[in-house]
Amino acid sequence: MIGFVLFFAWLGFGGDYVWYLSGGGRHLFPWLGILLTATALIAAWYAYKTGPEKVLWATDARELIDPQTDAERQVANVVDEMAIAAGVPRPRLWLVPDDDPNAFATGTGPANSHIAVTNGLLRICNRDELQAVIAHELGHVKNLDVRLMTTLAALVGAVLLVRDGMGRMMGGGVRIRGGGGRKGKNAGPLLAILLALWVISWIIAPLVTQLLALAVSRRREYLADAMSAQFTRNPLALASALEKIESAEAPTASIKRGAAHLCIADPLGRRLTNREGWLADTFATHPPMGMRISRLKGMGYAELKKEGGSFTSSARG
Amino acid sequence: MWVLLVLVVIVGLWVVAAYNGLISLKNQTVNAFKQIDVQLKRRHDLIPNLVNAVKGAMDFERSTLEAVIQARNQAVKVNASGPEAMKQVSQAENALSGALSRLLVTVERYPQLKATGNIGQLQEELTSTENRIAFARQLYNDTATQYNTKQQQFPTTLVAGLAHAERTDLWEIEDQAERAVPQVDLSRR
Repeated sequence: MIGFVLFFAWLGFGGDYVWYLSGGGRHLFPWLGILLTATALIAAWYAYKTGPEKVLWATDARELIDPQTDAERQVANVVDEMAIAAGVPRPRLWLVPDDDPNAFATGTGPANSHIAVTNGLLRICNRDELQAVIAHELGHVKNLDVRLMTTLAALVGAVLLVRDGMGRMMGGGVRIRGGGGRKGKNAGPLLAILLALWVISWIIAPLVTQLLALAVSRRREYLADAMSAQFTRNPLALASALEKIESAEAPTASIKRGAAHLCIADPLGRRLTNREGWLADTFATHPPMGMRISRLKGMGYAELKKEGGSFTSSARG
Repeated sequence: MWVLLVLVVIVGLWVVAAYNGLISLKNQTVNAFKQIDVQLKRRHDLIPNLVNAVKGAMDFERSTLEAVIQARNQAVKVNASGPEAMKQVSQAENALSGALSRLLVTVERYPQLKATGNIGQLQEELTSTENRIAFARQLYNDTATQYNTKQQQFPTTLVAGLAHAERTDLWEIEDQAERAVPQVDLSRR
């Protein structure tokens, strides 16, 4: 968040400096810098305030207040139970009308959190698996991941907006080039470097915010998986839930690209997610599913070994 | 001279941090314990309604239902305080849990019962109620273990006296009958 504001300050003040060096000397006061920094601050604050609602609105979710069917009653109960296990206030529960199994959490912290599940998840998961998935999402809530990730989701949108707007406002490239000579030769190379850096910053601004969201997201998935196991004491249930979710294959249509990193499984069904290596490490929102499942199974077997049971009986959940 | 001063400041800061950490854990433990109470109370309030809802459908299993009601009334009556309270409460509640799990097993035995909507709901409510209590206990035991470990570990143990930290008991299953896995007669399915 602070990084985001600083980045914008650099974009703004850097722009001013380049302009100054290039001889647009009339305005010594760094208007651009102040304007952009203020924009960043407001955008960040706005994203923090309205992020959860925007994310939920974008997925067309409806809040489950008065459960009617058996499945709805069950998921409402499960959320209550897991909130008790995690020791956090009960989050608000939303249903996403989508047949692909997925779930995500959003909010600004344990006191104000939302969990959304798709109809598909309710259909294919049994009670234990549902518990594990909800516990995974509550893990995100308890780690304050939701705050970070929801804000990031809103910021990615804000950066794109500001960049497009600024690009139109100052078709300034021409002017800078024209003034370069007047200031003298000393400023020449410095100006060129600064200008280059500044332009590059503009180009990569959205990419930087995206990558930030991704890096945060992947690491947090493993942690949330582990917390789910801690809350339910049943890592194999989450493993089997993940297997079911993965085999469902179809992308979750109602969850948009910007909110992908909030979900329990990559809603876009991208090939990348299932690969290891540098490229996947940089660009995928989620760690490989196989990796997550095998880690959970490892936890489950270790537990069973301690108890001296056989795994087939509880693996079925 | 300076080194000494810095050392004193560092130690002072550590004492404050350790003290505050212990106090925070202590309050979390108390809160987690109260959470069990809340869930137990919720179960007490729920049971009469549940039993009334299925009375008609399960006329032939009167004794099971009566056992549940009796155990419930027994659990509500427990009103002890002091160190003995936890033991008594947990005994009464364990008896109630036992009666409820027998009821659940009974319901499982009659598939035709599950077809009626009430019973399906009853089953879900009972499962959820038992889960809530189990998870509340789990949270309490986890928090209390953390608290106990912290206050016994060196060097935090040096501050434990200052924070009036005392070992708290964990919630255990005392009834031997409840440790046993409930017997299910599958032949009738």
